[in-house]
Amino acid sequence: MWFFRKNRWPLVTLLSFSAWQTVAQTPENPVLYKGTDVGIKLLVLVLLGLFLAYIIKIIISLSRAGSAMLKKPSFTVDKNQISGLTADQIDIMLKIVPQTPGPASAVKIILPAVILWIWPHFSNAQTTVQAATRENILTQPGVLITFVLLFIPLLAGFLLLISKISTLLKKYQQSKIQVELQSIANNLGNDLFDDEVSVLNDRKRALRFQLSQHELAGKNRASDEKGLLNNIKIQHGTDIFPVKKKPIPRPKIDPKLTQLILAFIASAVLWLVIGTTIGEYVGIKFVAPDADAISWLSFGRLRPVHTNLVFWGWATLGMLGLGYYVVPMVGNGKLASIKMGWASLHFINLSHVLGTVSLMAGINNGGGEYREYIWPIMLLFAIGLGLSTTNYLKTIAQRKTKEIYISNWYISAAVIFLPIIALVSYLPFWQNGIGEVILQGFYMHQAVGLWFMMFCLGLLYYFLPQQFNKPIYSYSLGVLAFWTQILFYTLIGTHHFVFSALPWWLQTTAIVGSVGMLIPVTSGTINFLMTFKGGWDKVTNSYSLPFFLVGVIYYFTGSYQGTAEAFRSTNLIWHFTDFTIAHSHITMYGIISFIIFAGIYAIVPRLTGKEPPQIMVGAHFWLALIGLQFYTIPLMIGGTLKGLSWGDAKPFIESVVLMGPY
Amino acid sequence: MNLFNDHKKLFWASSGLFVLLMLFVAIMPAVNNQMNNAPLPGSLLLTEDEQAGKKLYISEGCVGCHSQQVRNVDMDKVWGSRPGIAADYAGMHRISFWQNTATLMGTERTGPDLTNIGQRQPSKEWHLLHLFNPRAVVAESIMPSYAWLFEDKDAADSADVVVTVPEKFKGGRKNVIIASQEVLQLVAYLKSLSQVPLPDGTAKPEFLYQTSKKESETALTADNGPDGAALYASNCQSCHQQTGEGLKGAFPPLKGSEIVLNENPQDLVNIIMNGYDAREEYAVMPAVGKNNNLKPQEIAAIMNHERTSWGNNAKKVTAQEVEKLLEAIQKQNAVQ
Repeated sequence: MWFFRKNRWPLVTLLSFSAWQTVAQTPENPVLYKGTDVGIKLLVLVLLGLFLAYIIKIIISLSRAGSAMLKKPSFTVDKNQISGLTADQIDIMLKIVPQTPGPASAVKIILPAVILWIWPHFSNAQTTVQAATRENILTQPGVLITFVLLFIPLLAGFLLLISKISTLLKKYQQSKIQVELQSIANNLGNDLFDDEVSVLNDRKRALRFQLSQHELAGKNRASDEKGLLNNIKIQHGTDIFPVKKKPIPRPKIDPKLTQLILAFIASAVLWLVIGTTIGEYVGIKFVAPDADAISWLSFGRLRPVHTNLVFWGWATLGMLGLGYYVVPMVGNGKLASIKMGWASLHFINLSHVLGTVSLMAGINNGGGEYREYIWPIMLLFAIGLGLSTTNYLKTIAQRKTKEIYISNWYISAAVIFLPIIALVSYLPFWQNGIGEVILQGFYMHQAVGLWFMMFCLGLLYYFLPQQFNKPIYSYSLGVLAFWTQILFYTLIGTHHFVFSALPWWLQTTAIVGSVGMLIPVTSGTINFLMTFKGGWDKVTNSYSLPFFLVGVIYYFTGSYQGTAEAFRSTNLIWHFTDFTIAHSHITMYGIISFIIFAGIYAIVPRLTGKEPPQIMVGAHFWLALIGLQFYTIPLMIGGTLKGLSWGDAKPFIESVVLMGPY
Repeated sequence: MNLFNDHKKLFWASSGLFVLLMLFVAIMPAVNNQMNNAPLPGSLLLTEDEQAGKKLYISEGCVGCHSQQVRNVDMDKVWGSRPGIAADYAGMHRISFWQNTATLMGTERTGPDLTNIGQRQPSKEWHLLHLFNPRAVVAESIMPSYAWLFEDKDAADSADVVVTVPEKFKGGRKNVIIASQEVLQLVAYLKSLSQVPLPDGTAKPEFLYQTSKKESETALTADNGPDGAALYASNCQSCHQQTGEGLKGAFPPLKGSEIVLNENPQDLVNIIMNGYDAREEYAVMPAVGKNNNLKPQEIAAIMNHERTSWGNNAKKVTAQEVEKLLEAIQKQNAVQ
């Protein structure tokens, strides 16, 4: 049982982490690399084995307890003994049920049966896994399918095992009660004296006692004199769309600030619409490359327009807008300067208008992703951003609370880091030759991790507790995630250039950093989900919480996926394919955009006092979620197949044809 | 704790940690690489035209789909004879006052890697036609057309480079299609892309994750030789087409070709290995075999594919015959 005791958990997690890290760190030797693959599987099997052993142990101890129960000497009848029984049980007792076979025997029959059933299953799985690893795994197209196939029976086996155990437990409990009743009945003998019957009947009546429901209110009509009741459901019948709660009216926010925030959000949404429309058009070009032949609309020019608008237009402005609400709010103070906010918005919008035009005209910075705007345009963006940074920091300095709330840790860090990142990446002193690539890797990933992710985490730390009306689960987990996020995320930039001509140690550092990211991601996810705990009912009647939930789930899966992609072994398959595109869409849309949507739905009704039509929000949510699936999953499958096809040294054009259906 | 209450301490602590790490993983390695790498002795500076072509390559965003890096993994072998090293990129500097350095390494391979395209596909005519409409030469291609880089003229001047485009792909243009200055520069840049051999005595970095066993499984077909059809697709199909019919006015047909069907395969071996430029009406054929390091058994497989497909029916050749012929050709060349 030691295995599940709480203090052992860190040890186990640590063990599995170290195992992962060895995978990440075995680059040079292809033989070793094969070995670690086996290693991972063995590790999984060992963990499964331990889990099974634990369950079996429980069953055995239960069966022992059961048989021990039978041997216990029966006790004398007194009121103490009766007090352990419920009213229904007393009913049964009074009828004196016929004897049934004891529980221990049943357990003894079923247990070996379960083991017999599960064992060949398990050992079979083990042999197949080993057989598969004997050949070179990653170059075999069937590997992933095999993986899934291997996993399905294991999973099914587990589910069955669990259901069997639970029925076993139920049976055991029932029979335990029966044994107890039987033993009491035996003690009483076959003839009950009248006084004994009356004791039992009294007890039964006592247990069945219920309040009359009029003790407090009396028989008067109810009236809500203080207006405490809200959101009363008037229509009855089946709910296809659960009625969402309206936000409780809150103290009015400065109307000028309201205007500023709404302007930010409106620009963000405008860029989102433009950006995704362009993205869609670019996507169509994959299927119909001859859709047009206008230079301004060619794929190569529009692709950066799409990415820049969605990144620096939609997500950045959306986050900044929400930040203008959150930053003063959690400091219980006022925004330092509303004018500065407007200036910031205008600069950023201007940079996007100019940037889009220049990119379409074929003027760009030389190819680095998300770094396509040439520096004068990026300078406008940086000025806008810098204004917001100063504004935020001043606001935090002027806060009324003593403490700085964790949201503002994240947000302030994000707004400090991004200008540094942009500056460092645009300065020309270290950009010759391969230096450009190192900087590119750094820039691209820091922008994602230390700007978008950091900012969004800050927003989550405000909005989740606010929506649930309860504090965040653990403040210290948030602090841990904060420092580890900075520590590990800064290191991982070059994992986009694994196997390239970059220094090998730098690539390894990046991979180790990617593995380290599991720490902040895991602690963040635990923190958020534990905040959700106990409030799941609120998710159905709020329109922003479902978005937050999806954001949190994608935060977990998207980030873990990122770590998995960073390993050298997976990089072999997935690098250069559309898998990466799927990953970036999962993170940017699944995490960042969903959190921004959620934030918008949380504050805009509060700012304007108007409610969005619920059915529209619902439609938005489901369409966004399903749309995301429709498009990332095929990309991932397609990307994997493409990578495998390259591994097989097939002609390149075949991989292009292969991607067609996706 | 003070950090919770003092914003100055918090800001400095977090940015300090970040900047320190940034120095360590980004700036220092970048500066270090810049100082300690020089272009390889054999590398050539881009000419003015090639430089202009590179600018066009950048402004059209080609890097979005085409990488320019050969990774040190086995699957990248098709893109170059050795993995890329830092020195390959050392000669690259800031393009202009407005624009940053462009190593153009890329992160996505929607299209093929172009590190070595100049050697793999040195035919100017092919590149021009491909840029005008990629589907004219590679039916399944999803690359955009760059038709706006070509001009329409009633009649070509003597200095003009005429591109022969099959009627189907002219896209409504009726007249003679002329390559513009820019597209010629772009092609010049593409043709300049090739891996510089390492100086003598320097060991090549190795490709990792060699899949020797695997290769023998997939590359061998039922008759125990390399897969001729696949090799043909990789090496020949972009010009001569899957149907073996070539493209009128640009690439000669192999279907029914005398050279292909000749009883004596010497000419065919020679052309595959060393290229061909004897016929005025067609484009120059590059030395495919030499450029791509084809082995005798691979050449034999390609030849057999050509000699027995599309209604062609000639005797198959063996790897040994090809090897002998290659030796003879080599001797002949040495004498000349």
